[in-house]
Amino acid sequence: MNLAFRDIRHNFARFALTAVGVGLLLMIVMGMGGIYRGLIEDALLLVNRIGADLWVVQQGTRGPFAEVSRIPVNFEDRVRAVPGVLNSRGFVSHTIQREFRNQPLRIVVQGLSWPDDKGQWLPLIAGRPLGAAHYEMIADRLLGLSIGDVLKLGRDNYTVVGITKGMVGQGGDGLGFFTMRDALTIQWDLSSESIRLERAARKARAFGQDIGKTQPFLIERTQGPSSSLPVLAKPMISAVLVDVRPGADISSVINTISAWGDATVYTADEQRALLLKGMVDRARRQLGLFRALLIIISAIIMALIIYTLTLDKLHDIATLKLMGARNSTILGLILQQALVLGAIGYVLAYYFGQWIFPRFPRRVIVQQEDLISLAIVVVIISILSSALGIWKAMKVQANEALQ
Amino acid sequence: MTKAPAIETKGLTKTYGSGNTEVQAMIDVNFTLGKGEVVALVGPSGAGKSTLLSSVGLINFPTSGDIFVDGAQVVAGSEPLVDVRAFRRKHIGYVFQRANLIPFLTALENVQLALEINDTPSGEAKKRAIELINYLGVGDRLKNLPHMLSGGQQQRIAVARSLANNPSLVLADEPTAALDSVRGRQVMELFRQVAHDQGAGVLVVTHDHRSLDVFDRILEMEDGVLIHKIEQENGTTH
Repeated sequence: MNLAFRDIRHNFARFALTAVGVGLLLMIVMGMGGIYRGLIEDALLLVNRIGADLWVVQQGTRGPFAEVSRIPVNFEDRVRAVPGVLNSRGFVSHTIQREFRNQPLRIVVQGLSWPDDKGQWLPLIAGRPLGAAHYEMIADRLLGLSIGDVLKLGRDNYTVVGITKGMVGQGGDGLGFFTMRDALTIQWDLSSESIRLERAARKARAFGQDIGKTQPFLIERTQGPSSSLPVLAKPMISAVLVDVRPGADISSVINTISAWGDATVYTADEQRALLLKGMVDRARRQLGLFRALLIIISAIIMALIIYTLTLDKLHDIATLKLMGARNSTILGLILQQALVLGAIGYVLAYYFGQWIFPRFPRRVIVQQEDLISLAIVVVIISILSSALGIWKAMKVQANEALQ
Repeated sequence: MTKAPAIETKGLTKTYGSGNTEVQAMIDVNFTLGKGEVVALVGPSGAGKSTLLSSVGLINFPTSGDIFVDGAQVVAGSEPLVDVRAFRRKHIGYVFQRANLIPFLTALENVQLALEINDTPSGEAKKRAIELINYLGVGDRLKNLPHMLSGGQQQRIAVARSLANNPSLVLADEPTAALDSVRGRQVMELFRQVAHDQGAGVLVVTHDHRSLDVFDRILEMEDGVLIHKIEQENGTTH
């Protein structure tokens, strides 16, 4: 006869309520693990999805994610000329915040190397890749935009032509994909007043130099657009992504580019390591510690619940002892209840999580290996938490049934 | 008629505390309870009745003396000579002032549990439990939880539970205290019926003098001493 089951049946409402409480607690533990996974997944998403073999960044920096990296856009061509390189692409990434439909809209602007890269590799759930050199964008669904929506960024309007799923930046903001030139335009967008002031300052600086005084045409040129000035470089980009030709010696490519003296090269794995050990490390450890604390708290709360359930049965346990019940019968009653409570709590946690986690503003990724680990932890917690109740039950004397 | 002893005590004493606070709860108690015999143990509060009952029930042990059950010595001095819990489940049945049924088990399960604790297979235990409950006249309450039963019905289930493993000894501590006089007498008569039908020795601690005629013998304790051994017409000679 299973006493644990019969006790649960008798006190079903109370037990169910307790199981719901334990389930909610375990859901938070599960969620913390999911947030931890989501943080890592978001951090590595671009590196993984872009799939480049090498990242060329500004010399001596750990860019473009861990710190700012600025390299000339012509790096793309220089890199492409290196033996063993199959393809190179510019990489521009910056975050902007604008108002859209009276709501703040944060977009991580990503530049695609049009026309080679139109975003065909993106996980589109609607629409199409970029089809024009300007004024089109692909937005992640997290941004809340729809196909055909027109977004004014700077002086230009951009039409949403494609929607992706799960493309977010390290901060959890949705990605928006533009052509490289549009991405740079958005990045370096200045107001008319700023442009006028910059031109005036440029003219004043030119006048201050001998060359300005002797070359009137130069003064005239300072009043034109920045991009038309030969002395002013084109806008800088963050990095160049390199695909190495199949069968080529990747270390040879790295050595060649590293020898230039104005670039640092990272492999995709090194870039991932920079992200994990640098940018998200503290958050990762914080979440890990918080999860460990939650597990300890869950164990304590479960122990108190099982202990209280045992206290309620002390007289019955004394009666069982008086009847000659073995310790294993009494131990089984408490341990089985703890395990059932843990198991039901775990199942409830899973289903609560399935419902609530997708509603979180950032991704919560619950992986199968985490579920298995948590299941093992719950079994251990259940056993440990029943120890206090078992200890109390073992101390009960048969003669207490007579009182 | 002489019956084989279900229990025999020799020189039982029990002392609580020491020095100025020393209390002698039992002093040189000697008695024998035959199988099939139903005996009442009476006396004022504090006389040592419950102490004697818990000693022979292997719940609390005497300070000195010997206890024999079914002819085998189970206690020598203050030390048990057997695995007391195993011995209790095989040889002794208990009935308390309150029925002390397990509240989350039905009437049937309460009796069945006593059998299963003693390693009776589940099916056999259920059959025997139903027989016992029917025998005690509460067969229509098999599936009721204890709180659905009256006090008298609960005590009948408790008696059934105490008899489940065919014990040689049934000990009852004021089993009718919570019952009205009619129900109380019914329970006392039940003990007599059980003792005679099942062949168990039944020792009942009681304050209920209205039902004493049911018993074969009446033992009286005062200040820890067994002072009177009254034989009744329907009782045995011992």
